[in-house]
Parts: sequence; structure tokens; C-alpha cells
Amino acid sequence: MHLLLYVLRRIIQLIPTLLFIALVVFLLVHLLPGDPASAMLGDRALTADVNRINHDLGLDRPLPVQFLLFLRNLAHGDLGRSIQLHESVLSLIAQRLPVTMLLTAMSALIAVALALPLAFLAALRRDREADILIRGTFQVGLSMPVFYIGLLLLTFFGAYLRWFPVGGYGDTFAGHLYHLFLPALTLALSLSAVLMRNLRQAILQVIGAEYVDFARAKGLPARLVLFRHVLRNALISTVTLFGLQIGTLLGGAVVTETVFAIPGAGRLMIESIYGRDYPVVQGTTLCLAVVVSLTFLLTDLAQVALDPRLSR
Amino acid sequence: MTIALPARSRRRRRFPLPLVVGGGMLAAQLLLALFPSAFAPYAPDSFDYNALMQPPSAAHLFGTDNFGRDVLSRVIHAYSVDMQIAVFATVLPFFFGTSVGAVIGYAGGMAETIFGRLVDAIITFPFLVLVIAIVAVLGPGLINMYIAVGVVDWVFYARLAVAEVKVQKRLDYAEAGRAMGYSPARIVFRHLMPNIITPLIVYWMTDMALAILLGSSLGYLGLGAQPPIAEWGVQIADAKNFMATAWWMSVFPGIAIVLAGLSFSLTGDGVAETMRTRR
Repeated sequence: MHLLLYVLRRIIQLIPTLLFIALVVFLLVHLLPGDPASAMLGDRALTADVNRINHDLGLDRPLPVQFLLFLRNLAHGDLGRSIQLHESVLSLIAQRLPVTMLLTAMSALIAVALALPLAFLAALRRDREADILIRGTFQVGLSMPVFYIGLLLLTFFGAYLRWFPVGGYGDTFAGHLYHLFLPALTLALSLSAVLMRNLRQAILQVIGAEYVDFARAKGLPARLVLFRHVLRNALISTVTLFGLQIGTLLGGAVVTETVFAIPGAGRLMIESIYGRDYPVVQGTTLCLAVVVSLTFLLTDLAQVALDPRLSR
Repeated sequence: MTIALPARSRRRRRFPLPLVVGGGMLAAQLLLALFPSAFAPYAPDSFDYNALMQPPSAAHLFGTDNFGRDVLSRVIHAYSVDMQIAVFATVLPFFFGTSVGAVIGYAGGMAETIFGRLVDAIITFPFLVLVIAIVAVLGPGLINMYIAVGVVDWVFYARLAVAEVKVQKRLDYAEAGRAMGYSPARIVFRHLMPNIITPLIVYWMTDMALAILLGSSLGYLGLGAQPPIAEWGVQIADAKNFMATAWWMSVFPGIAIVLAGLSFSLTGDGVAETMRTRR
């Protein structure tokens, strides 16, 4: 019962957040110096065209009215039309967003697969060579921008060793996974550094707790103590952090998709920026923010599953 | 002899290793940033069409790029730009966010509730995506990048300041200030501020490292510093088609980014450690 109420409450809390996201994305285009239509059409635009676009977009009405119209369109799934690609923004994003989601999911998996064992190793060998080596490597990794890690991996594993394709997305699902491996690894490296650091600290804290001493004292094998008691409790704060990092991951995906020429929502956004295609920029920003807020919801639920006390 | 030992160990604790290493690296890089021409062997934009994409040699220690520009000189001149990004992108968020956060934390009540909601909403935006979107609308360039970062970034300082002030305002010395009849502004800025500033300065250091990563990423995407300005991200973008044939074009700017980031985070760690032991 508690749990159900908690889930309901969290879903209701999502509504003001989504409204705020809509408001920011709406205001974004109004930050444009001058009026959006002339900015979209460039310097050589005809006044008639400018007026027509302003009217089509409803930009000649008062701001609050425009916002309500914007919300009404959103509710109908109408994000406007792309100026460059002459297609509805929603269908463009519907084609591209799954690619970004797959990339993000893969990199999250790789990051966890890297961070979990290394965090244990570092924590159990605290302040010894392995710990210092792992932490030092990750510290350097954290100081490297995503696009540069991507270019390095691309050059070495793609162009030099030819183990992986240097870009693109493939045609089959297996092909997708193959094409996305290097970009996913690129994103995973910085995320795993953050997760590793946090998990190592959490493990060190949990290992000192009395219930761990007790589990050990009652003769549980070390492996069971580590997995059932230490890992589960250490994971709680790491799950929170993981959720908070999803935004960073998606931001990184925008850059990575550009480096590896992957047809995802991030690359769509960057290309639309170059083409001054503001409805698409607006739409992708909105969708990526919505994805993040849904992930926050999911991580909150995952936390409750790990520690039911949190729902009260 | 016995007296000298504790004295020496105390002095060592005042300057922990990360602070010495990080601070030293940072000082050296600031020197490069302030006086690039004194260290760079060539001008950053002087073309030499007789020396295109030359590998590192005695004449060009880091080689030359596809326009025959000296990579070392461009990396050095980029210090002015990238260090400027680190400072300019974060200094206003630091001061503004800290002050606003301290005031909100001291006031509490309604202001704090509203601010909490604002923070929750802002962190749902992927930071980089939002900054890119704002730059997209304002137009590429450094100034617009500072604006875009500033619009979002102050919230993180304010959140930290709120949390710190909430603890400090309940302590006896704040209570004493109120009993003395000091104005809230005086209590917040003269008395509480010195006690909350350390974690904010530490965060500022991390943030400057992040700003360098962000600045070079935007430069790479063509949304930050504009070519032909020497900036590490721009340099790497210029080099991306020559990664395999002219590795020196991208490797040296890449190393510069890593070193700059490392020195900021080491200095931050060092400051944190110093302040902890002093407390």
C-alpha cells in the first residue's frame, strides 16, 4: 500500500516538472535576438515571408497565449515542423530518439560492468597499488572531454586496428550493437569513473558497519557477505548518482553521436543548430529533458526496491 | 631535536601533496595564459605553406598543422582562451549563486521551498543539452557560451550555499549576532559567509575543470570559440581528419586539456584537505 501511494505521489510530482520543462523550451526560442522568423530565414529574408512564418508559428500573439497554444499542441503530440527537412518534428524525433536511447542504455551497461568489479577491487585493496592505479586512471579519464576519448577510440580501434566501424549505425539489431560499441564505450568511460569513485567510498563505509561484522561473525562465506550485504547497501547511493548522471550521459551522447556520425537525436539537434532549424532544436531539447525526468522517476523506484524504508 | 619534528609535520599538513602539485601546475599554466607570446616560438596564426603537417622536429617541437601553423604555439596561445573560459564561465555563477543561496538559506520558509522546486526542475535538463540549446539560439561564440553556462550553473552553487547556511545559522555565533541586533545582511555576509565558503571554493575548482571540458567540447562542435582562434577544442576539430596521418595535431591539445583539468581538480582536492585539517 505504502509502495503504491509512493509511486502515485512520484508520478503526480512529475507534472509540475514537465510543465517547467515545457516553459523553458518554449521560452528558449524567445531568447532569439530580434524575431525568430528573421533569424530562421537569415539575412536575405523577405518581409512577407517573415510575417507569414511569424503568423504560422503564432508569434504575433501575446506571450501567455502563445504558451497555452504551445501546451495544447504538445498535448496533441504536435512539436511543429522542421524548416530544413519539411517533416513533422515528432516523427523526426521518433526515428532518431531510439538510437540515442540504445546508445545511452549500452553505455550505462558498460559503465556498470566496468565500475562494479573495479570499485570492489579498489575498496578491498584500499590505498594499495591496485587502488591507486584504478583511481589514478579514472582521474585522468575524468579530465578528458568525451569528444576526445571518442576520437582516440575511433582512431585506434576503428581506423588503425579496424576492429570496429568508424561510424554509422548498421542495418540489423546486431549491426546496431556492433556500430554502437565504440561510442557507448566512449560515454561509459567517464560515467564509470564517477560511479566507481562513489561506489568505492560507499563500500568502504558499509564494510565497517555492524551488520556486516555480524554477517561475517555468523560464518557467512565472504562472497555472500559481499553480495548480499555490502553490495546491496552500497548500491543505494550509487543508484541515486546513476540517475543524476543520466543527464550528463545524454549530453555526452549529443557529442558522441556527432563524433561517430550516428543518426541519433543528439546529432539531429546539432545538425538543426547548424541549419537554424529551431523547431527541431526545441523538440529535441524537450524530448531529452523528458527522458531525464522519466529516468529520475525510475531510479527513485529502483531505490525503493533496494530499500523499502525510503517510500515512507 | 624533538621539538623540530612536530613542527615539520604540521607544516607538511598545511600544504598537502595534491595542493602543491595541482597549484604548481596551475601557476605554470596561468603564466602561459597571461604571457603566451613570451613562451610560444611562433605566432598562433602564422602560416607556413612550406611546412604543412610536419611531424615534431627541432624547429617545430609539436609539429605543424594542415595550414603549416606551429602546433606548440597554438597550444600555448590556447591557454589564454581556455583558462579564460574556465574563469569567465564560472566566476559569475560562483558569486551570484553563493550570495543568492546564502540569503535563501538564511531566510528559509517559502523562499527555500520555491528554490527547491526550481532546482529539481533545472537538474532534469541535461546540462550540456541546455547549454547547447541556449548557444544555438543566441549564436555561437564565447560570450554567448558564458551566458548559457551562467543561466544554469549558478543553481548548483546556490544549492550548496543553502545547505551550508542552514547548518551554520543555527549555531551559537549566528544566534549571538542576532542577539547583538546585527542586520540579517551583516550576519549572512560578514559572519556566516567565511564559514560556508570552503566547500563552495572546492566546488568552484571542480567547476572550472568542467568548464574547460565544456568549452573545448563546444569549440569542437563549432559552437564555442570560433576558428581561427587557437583553442584546444577547435584545434582538435581541425585535426580530426588527420588523426591517423598527423597524430601530433590532436594529441598535444588533448594533453593540454587533460593537464588543465587535472590541475584544477587536484587543487580543489588540496584546498578541501587543507581546510579539513585546519578545522
